[in-house]
Amino acid sequence: MSALIKSSLARKVVMALSGLFLVFFLGQHFVINVTSVFAPDTFNTWSHFMGYNPLVQYILQPILIAGVIVHFVMGFVLELQNRAARGVKYVSYKGSANASWISRNMIITGLVVLAFIGLHMYDFWAHEMSYKYIDVKPEDPTRYFEETVHKFEPFWRTIIYIISFVLLALHLLHGFASSFQTMGVNNKYSAAIKLFTKVYAIGIPAGFIFIALYHHFNQIPH
Amino acid sequence: MKLNLKIWRQQDAKSKGKMTDYSLGGVEGDMSFLEMLDILNEQLINKGEEPVVFDHDCREGICGSCSLMINGEPHGPDRMVTTCQLHMRKFNDGDTIVIEPFRAKAFPVIKDLMVDRTSFDRIQQSGGYISVNTSGNTVDANAIPINKHAADEAMDAATCIGCGACVAACKNASAMLFTSAKVSQFALLPQGQVEATERVQNMVRQMDLEGFGNCTNTGACEIECPKGISLENIARLNREYYSANLKG
Amino acid sequence: MGILDSKVPSGPLAEKWTSYKDHIELVNPANKRNIDIIVVGTGLAGGAAAATLAELGYNVKTFCYQDSPRRAHSIAAQGGINAAKNYQGDGDSNYRLFYDTVKGGDYRSREANVYRLAEVSANIIDQCVAQGVPFAREYGGLLDNRSFGGVLVSRTFYAKGQTGQQLLLGAYSAMNRQINRGKIQSHTRHEMMDLVKVDGKARGIIARNLVTGEIERHSAHAVVLATGGYGNVFFLSTNAMGSNVMAAWRAHRKGAFFANPCYTQIHPTCIPVSGDHQSKLTLMSESLRNDGRIWVPKRKEDAVAIQEGKLKPLQLKEEDRDYYLERRYPAFGNLVPRDVASRAAKERCDAGFGVNKTGEAVYLDFTSAIQRYGKEQALTQGLHNADDKEVTKLGKAVIEAKYGNLFQMYEKIVDENPYETPMMIYPAVHYTMGGLWVDYNLQTTVEGCYAAGEANFSDHGANRLGASALMQGLADGYFVLPYTIGDYLSNDIRTGPIATDSPEFDTAEKEVKARLDKLMGGKGLHSVDSYHKKLGKIMWNKCGMSRNAKELQEAIDEISALRADFWENVKIPGIADGMNQELEKAGRVADFLELGELFAKDALTRNESCGGHFREEYQTPEGEAMRDDENFKFASAWEYKGEPKDAVLHKEELVYENIELKTRSYK
Repeated sequence: MSALIKSSLARKVVMALSGLFLVFFLGQHFVINVTSVFAPDTFNTWSHFMGYNPLVQYILQPILIAGVIVHFVMGFVLELQNRAARGVKYVSYKGSANASWISRNMIITGLVVLAFIGLHMYDFWAHEMSYKYIDVKPEDPTRYFEETVHKFEPFWRTIIYIISFVLLALHLLHGFASSFQTMGVNNKYSAAIKLFTKVYAIGIPAGFIFIALYHHFNQIPH
Repeated sequence: MKLNLKIWRQQDAKSKGKMTDYSLGGVEGDMSFLEMLDILNEQLINKGEEPVVFDHDCREGICGSCSLMINGEPHGPDRMVTTCQLHMRKFNDGDTIVIEPFRAKAFPVIKDLMVDRTSFDRIQQSGGYISVNTSGNTVDANAIPINKHAADEAMDAATCIGCGACVAACKNASAMLFTSAKVSQFALLPQGQVEATERVQNMVRQMDLEGFGNCTNTGACEIECPKGISLENIARLNREYYSANLKG
Repeated sequence: MGILDSKVPSGPLAEKWTSYKDHIELVNPANKRNIDIIVVGTGLAGGAAAATLAELGYNVKTFCYQDSPRRAHSIAAQGGINAAKNYQGDGDSNYRLFYDTVKGGDYRSREANVYRLAEVSANIIDQCVAQGVPFAREYGGLLDNRSFGGVLVSRTFYAKGQTGQQLLLGAYSAMNRQINRGKIQSHTRHEMMDLVKVDGKARGIIARNLVTGEIERHSAHAVVLATGGYGNVFFLSTNAMGSNVMAAWRAHRKGAFFANPCYTQIHPTCIPVSGDHQSKLTLMSESLRNDGRIWVPKRKEDAVAIQEGKLKPLQLKEEDRDYYLERRYPAFGNLVPRDVASRAAKERCDAGFGVNKTGEAVYLDFTSAIQRYGKEQALTQGLHNADDKEVTKLGKAVIEAKYGNLFQMYEKIVDENPYETPMMIYPAVHYTMGGLWVDYNLQTTVEGCYAAGEANFSDHGANRLGASALMQGLADGYFVLPYTIGDYLSNDIRTGPIATDSPEFDTAEKEVKARLDKLMGGKGLHSVDSYHKKLGKIMWNKCGMSRNAKELQEAIDEISALRADFWENVKIPGIADGMNQELEKAGRVADFLELGELFAKDALTRNESCGGHFREEYQTPEGEAMRDDENFKFASAWEYKGEPKDAVLHKEELVYENIELKTRSYK
């Protein structure tokens, strides 16, 4: 067991598992958000639940944050190790001949997504924290929809979100399928799994983009 | 045709190397890439200069000696060939060709384009075998029937020639394809399953010790492998490794 | 018997090996730990021997010039490995494999050795399967077999077209297990420069570290040479670039007799030379002759037009083609043995009927096979009205399934599509049956110095059958040497470690260094390769597929002159105490320049035609080989006496008690 923790394969599996967890979270996040488009009341109810349920707040939320940190830190460690493994750099290296840009640049797409998460946390999570714990305002199960829609009022924020989602899609296009390979999944379902990961990797970010655009163009008065 | 060659020259492991330019005429399409280098070397020798050192032996794509990073790709732009099987008709008159050694911390340069790939041997020595005495006093070869599909898959994995193109191509200089080919060959055969647990643990440990990078599933190795070793082997290695460690 | 004692055990043929094993001396395990063995070469024979000896408990040191034992040239063997398993139930037996091998060798091999080879062959397959060698299998999960030339049974086991690779990786893995246990010390990128004898016994070697240039002394109680053949004396061959005769030749100079140097196998189906830049030749598997028809144009003017590129082979009508093998050998047609097919191709090309720009190629044509298979497929698929196009398509698919990888290899090298236009092929040097003379124990005439695999002369006579080289290499390494060496070493249990600071090692090292200095001190006029190419041309033109006394004598003189020129004028840039590939080549070529002359001398002495050795003076009116059993039923073993011209011939009379000598005929 201890060998497992020290080995390169263990580091890979940590990346894969934390990645899969984040992918799952992303799906759940999307399901809640998409209700904001056609059922604002449901959106409010679910958002309130997520914001005040102790299980979500004190157990799931820390796990999620830990997941992001682990995925990021491990990704960075791997990147450094991998760069060191080359030693002397090639004068001419034609990476595009044998591997996609996406798969070779996970660190770039990953860093953009990480920056986006920072903005996103500032936008929503920081706001929630100050609402709940600093200003200690009363619970209001109906405020979420309106707050969300107003966030997308500025054009710049909508654009940043869209760009980030595109990069997230790129990150997922390689990462999601890759995590199955890392977990050793390679059987008659592999083709189907690969297709599913592609649909998911494009579909979910596209859905988020749709939500952002929808609210940007369907503002409600303050 | 006439070519501009940019070749890595390095006196020995300790020296600093640099790219050197050569201009070479009289190259014909029927020549293999190594025969083109032979001509360059003949010219250098006649000028009293030291010829370019590179590994090569069988010149028919099976010994795995030849290497070379050619214009940024191991074994050059053609697929499913080694450098010795690459022919100059793949290039055009006036082309500039950049020739470098395979680069990895675990493949230190010996001289010019020759690198030390004994790290691969050490991975094999750590567990790439079945512990059976060579006395011949084993069971009859047909005593254990083996599913043809499994035997063929084992053979596909076993065709690895140990050239190191996978490491050279991988942006992380990972040796997963190489290691997985041997692990797969034995994992697919009943004879190999007895020691499967120790084998995969020992080989992965050695692979890490040698300083190869981590696999990030870019798939470059599979594309550049002159023998077409499949990425499926890496998935199998991963499976074998987890189950070996979970078992204890 | 002369001074050559073959040490063949007495008793009936089939019981010799068993009774031998029952009566040899053994070394107890505790004593084995105190005994060192050097194995030079890590191909099938060397790798197998090293692994087995280490397993038994001896301390083994291996040496190879490659960067890994896995790259020895055994790896390039394509077709398969013979074994008398009789899994097909087609009447195979140890005796039949023995008989086929002796007959295939044109009755120039030693009966007892060949029988032992046949006897242990079945065990090789068991052993390799246990090691995880992925042989081809049938759907029932049992091992598959294919047929090879010159025999009437299916006894060839194979792993796709890479049997040699898989068997070598098997031996390499067995070595790795012992390296991991510390029982084998593997010295890669090392070349044996000389054999060291102490009190008449082989007690070590001088090796050069090819990376640092350092000259090293290594001692042992016995030395095994498994360093392969010397086909590269021809410069162009199917051997690897580094394949060389150095180790064997150094041992020869120290007293090991060199046997039958003129027996060379020239393989009929190789890709022709494309120009002066060519560095090596590529084999196209013998299996292609099952379906391909070999031809040249009937009229010389057509041949000339083809050579000049004015005519394409497909434009030549059926009646204008000369299917010369079918014409000359109606019974065997395109499937005559290798030596016969090669000579016939040469005869046509020499007469001016060759079909590439140099006039040194013949066609191997699959058109009729494509049509035949196509029609067969159309019938079985119920396509009664299939047009020509459809038939051709179906036929090509069958050919692709059978030979796809070979066709692809051909296309990569020649840049022509062999499905559309006939392949061009020409014979090339492939294997050398000659080598160090060894007795039944595989010991050379130097006590304690053994030779195994292609490096010895033992089992193939004057011509080797397909798929038998792998068998011999592994048999020698896994199953023969471990017994015979043990018997010898049983006398060495009290010897203790062999010192490397003895005067014998001093002298040997001094000689090696002096030789290197002499090479480096050449006047620097011509490169090593230029000499090697010149030697190759002499060998190919005068000692190649057919030989005659006049040209052989010329070859002797020319090689001797070339050798003198070489030592005076060779040019080697760089330094001796560092990596220097030119120096490595020079040492090898220097030995080829001696061997080549002995080769010609041996060929000149053997006034008969047998197997791969064809003397123009000794042929029937139809141009077939004429063996002379009365005067030449012996193995030639040459003793070194300074210059090759002074070498002394010793004869080992070959005794045939179990086989009746016959003339091979394929008409």
